[in-house]
Amino acid sequence: MLTVDLAHGSVRELNTALHRLAADSNETHWRVLNPRGQHSIAVGLEQPVLVEIEGHVGYYCAGMNKLATVVVDGNAGQGVAENMMSGKVWVKGDASQAAGATGRGGLLVIDGNASARCGISMKGIDIVVKGSVGHLSAFMAQAGNLVVLQDAGEALGDSIYEAHLYVRGKVHSLGADCVEKPLEDEHKSELRRLLDAAGINGSVDVGEFRRYGSARKLYHFHVENVGQY
Amino acid sequence: MCGIAGLFLKDPRLEADLGTMLAGMLSPLSDRGPDSAGFAVYGAETPGHLKFTLRITPAFDLDRLLKSLRERLGAPITHRSHGTHVVFSVPADQASLARQALAAFDDVAVVGSGRRMEIFKEVGLPDDVSRQFGLQSMSGTHAIGHTRMATESAVTTNGAHPFTTGDDQCLVHNGSLSNHHAVRRELIKKGLSFQTDNDTEVAAGFITARLNDGGSLQQAMEACLDSLDGFYTFVIGTEGGFGVLRDPIACKPAVVAETDRLVAFGTEYRALVDLPGIESAKVWEPAPATVYRWELH
Repeated sequence: MLTVDLAHGSVRELNTALHRLAADSNETHWRVLNPRGQHSIAVGLEQPVLVEIEGHVGYYCAGMNKLATVVVDGNAGQGVAENMMSGKVWVKGDASQAAGATGRGGLLVIDGNASARCGISMKGIDIVVKGSVGHLSAFMAQAGNLVVLQDAGEALGDSIYEAHLYVRGKVHSLGADCVEKPLEDEHKSELRRLLDAAGINGSVDVGEFRRYGSARKLYHFHVENVGQY
Repeated sequence: MCGIAGLFLKDPRLEADLGTMLAGMLSPLSDRGPDSAGFAVYGAETPGHLKFTLRITPAFDLDRLLKSLRERLGAPITHRSHGTHVVFSVPADQASLARQALAAFDDVAVVGSGRRMEIFKEVGLPDDVSRQFGLQSMSGTHAIGHTRMATESAVTTNGAHPFTTGDDQCLVHNGSLSNHHAVRRELIKKGLSFQTDNDTEVAAGFITARLNDGGSLQQAMEACLDSLDGFYTFVIGTEGGFGVLRDPIACKPAVVAETDRLVAFGTEYRALVDLPGIESAKVWEPAPATVYRWELH
């Protein structure tokens, strides 16, 4: 295992070292100390390595992640795992706004709460939040799954195209064109798979969730819908 | 952009380090606001007195002002100089006499007044501004600070934050208001005057007007939600503490950390990393459209 102490080195040096890793590198386990809220830690990783960060991170941590597993033992600032392609990002604390924004694949797990705009414009990423999400989460979501074990704030799924939204607690309000849909067996299977992947093994009953998705009325502009935008 | 730092001490043993801690919080927020910086410090009061913080030009004849004040008030005035700013206090019942004396001088700006509040602000990098005013040697119970990246109006000392909203009260702002011209026109009709084209000065004026109308600070802050359009995270310093308000969309970041010894506000967590006990602090984000207040018991 390699240990990088950001009290004695820059984020740029860390990221450069991570970007230089070859696909067959033996340096597959990294530990990062003293992140102290710095931005852009472990962004753009492209190899299947494990990066464990001990402390709170700033903006865009693990952005554009591909294949790597990034674990934040603390809170994450804005845009954690933004535009993730694949791999896994696990935040053990809370995440600030726009967690998993525009993500195309991979799994983002947040043990605490995520604030506003979680999963904004998500395009295939799976996001599991063990706490609650803030307002306008899954805004313009296009594909992927957002699972929330507690509550969702105002305007969940506003202007959603597709994507599956599952919330176990209270939804403060639904956004434009987002509606509740029946939770069929196929969705329960999908939920079980996502909860298992997030390490929630059997302790949560998938039947307690409600499913939300697109009413598909705002895909194309119709003047009679102008008041809904 | 812009950065805000606020620090409220629960443990009196930390009071001597207030300025050092605030300077340490403002420094990393330089990235978010390199144009200018300012801060309000709530320190010791002289019972029965009101403090004025003035900004003067380098060529200003301070002795002439002090002489004028002495003649008008009938007693000598002691003052402290902090770079371009001067702090002095007068018996509270002579505050209006002091204001009359100050009004006779063109090149003096009253930055703030109050029993405990002192305000300092200047153009320049936050570290330089902190050093220039000697922030690190200041003590007190609480303080708020701001680093500015100007978007709505010019980079001037008058456009720097905090903006005073009345005795012992001031406002700092991260964001931009889109209806400040309209609100300004309404406030001018009510008799308020403005020194700059700055949107935050309008927000400060809005709160002042609400307080003048007899509303509480809580009501004034709630009224912002109905009347101010745009993006804002506000931190409002008061004699006993500070308040926080984020607009309903809450684009502008805000982090609060709380321990047994202090409450700290930072635009980013980076501003908080050197505070005592931060590793075990409760760290959270204030909810949108919600008024938060921390006050001395």
